[in-house]
Amino acid sequence: MPAASLTAIRSFVATPAPARPALPGRRAFAFKGAGKRFGDKIVLDGIDLDVQAGQFLAVIGKSGCGKSTLLRLLAGLDRPTAGALTFGAEEEGHSRTRFMFQEPRLLPWASVVRNVEVGLIGIAAGEEARQRALAMLGEVGLADRADEWPSLLSGGQKQRVALARALVGQPQILALDEPLGALDALTRIEMQQLLERIWLAQKFTAVLVTHDVAEAVALADRVVVIGEGRIALDLDVPVERPRRRGSVELARIEGKILDRLFG
Amino acid sequence: MSLATRLALGRNFIGWLLPALVIAGWELASRVGIMPANVLPAPSAVAEAFWRLTLSGELVRNIGVSTARALAGFAIGGSIGFALGLANGLSTLSRGLTDTTLQMIRNIPHLALIPLVILWFGIDEEAKLFLVALGVFFPIYVNTLLGIQSVDPQLVEMGRVYGMDRRALFLRVILPGALPSIFVGLRYALGIMWLTLIVAETISASSGLGYMAMQAREFLLIDVVVLSILIYALLGKLADSLARLLERLSLGWHPAFQNG
Repeated sequence: MPAASLTAIRSFVATPAPARPALPGRRAFAFKGAGKRFGDKIVLDGIDLDVQAGQFLAVIGKSGCGKSTLLRLLAGLDRPTAGALTFGAEEEGHSRTRFMFQEPRLLPWASVVRNVEVGLIGIAAGEEARQRALAMLGEVGLADRADEWPSLLSGGQKQRVALARALVGQPQILALDEPLGALDALTRIEMQQLLERIWLAQKFTAVLVTHDVAEAVALADRVVVIGEGRIALDLDVPVERPRRRGSVELARIEGKILDRLFG
Repeated sequence: MSLATRLALGRNFIGWLLPALVIAGWELASRVGIMPANVLPAPSAVAEAFWRLTLSGELVRNIGVSTARALAGFAIGGSIGFALGLANGLSTLSRGLTDTTLQMIRNIPHLALIPLVILWFGIDEEAKLFLVALGVFFPIYVNTLLGIQSVDPQLVEMGRVYGMDRRALFLRVILPGALPSIFVGLRYALGIMWLTLIVAETISASSGLGYMAMQAREFLLIDVVVLSILIYALLGKLADSLARLLERLSLGWHPAFQNG
């Protein structure tokens, strides 16, 4: 892609609220024949996955199938032992990949807003960092808790702070490792809606690893099922947003995925 | 005055209730003659000794000398212990190199070195400083090391993923995470500090509280002996209170410090 059109796309990204899919043809990242071995154990093998910028991808699989390893490769926490992982062009003022863990992993000795500022290390500092962190806390609905200790928050609120920390640096890719797994069912649905709302507004590429098929289908544009280290199913979810939970369409896709997982 | 402050004052007061009762009972026992004055003088006699020595300036001078010794020894031993604790917590090479040796030395009671220390330094200041520094070193070292080793590795990984360099990782994740354990070491070390100083001053000194007590023993001034012991107790309590205050100020985030 020529540089001129790339800049054109960048300025397009900066303008608010164009309809999705916003960026046809631009690549966020691609695995090409990627594999990962730990000693003799092959965790991932021959993964080919090309993901467009702005796409919401869900990765499902039974535990131990390698889906978390895929995410760690994406976030640079591990390196592939075979094949390659390439990224699209880096945009100025954006961090490339942010990782949201299964646990909130907030610093207990830093106030809520200082925890969000961690997401701006190397991007902004001082008063600017504080203002951006406060704005992001507003997005997740916790502006009034900015100066409290994390230990005073509930599990769902902590995970919202972690989401704010991940997004405050405006990442191009957000990698989520079952971040809602430990929440109760209602808080979880609330968080899913929050995540979808912010994703629609900020247009990052989201990669959500989950074991919850309903969650994957409700949120994702595309669902990838991993089994025994390979991609077993790669499925688009062509359902309009806002999606209605429990609709026939979503249930049909969910059934298809479950069939593949247990069939 | 709000109810909360009144309750807090009440809680502070309640700790002093028992010592006050003991002193009252002790005074009574002395007055009615159950407790002979050559075994334990009455609190009023001790208070008199306190006043006498304060007027002569002897008490203030000796407390000053002892406190200076204690703090100097603490500063030396504490900073070496803290530095080595940090080094061994952060670097496996440093730990591999020194930890075994330190653990061996740790098992020698430092007061057992007194004969050797007297031979080396005589009864000069160095002898006291050396013993206090050595006594203070180990609790600080062990707890600093333990604190750093027990920092949540998930938080360290988070810090790395979010782009913290080594300096930021140390200042924002590792050091605050190790702080509760470091404070445990600090408070323990303060106890050892006074203990070591008392013993060292009792055995070999020409000034200080321990020396004052030994001199008083020579002249059978039992009220001064008791006074020195009480002052040690108060100084120990003072040091501990200061450490607790510092703890409360810097560990405000810790759930254990949020309700009191």
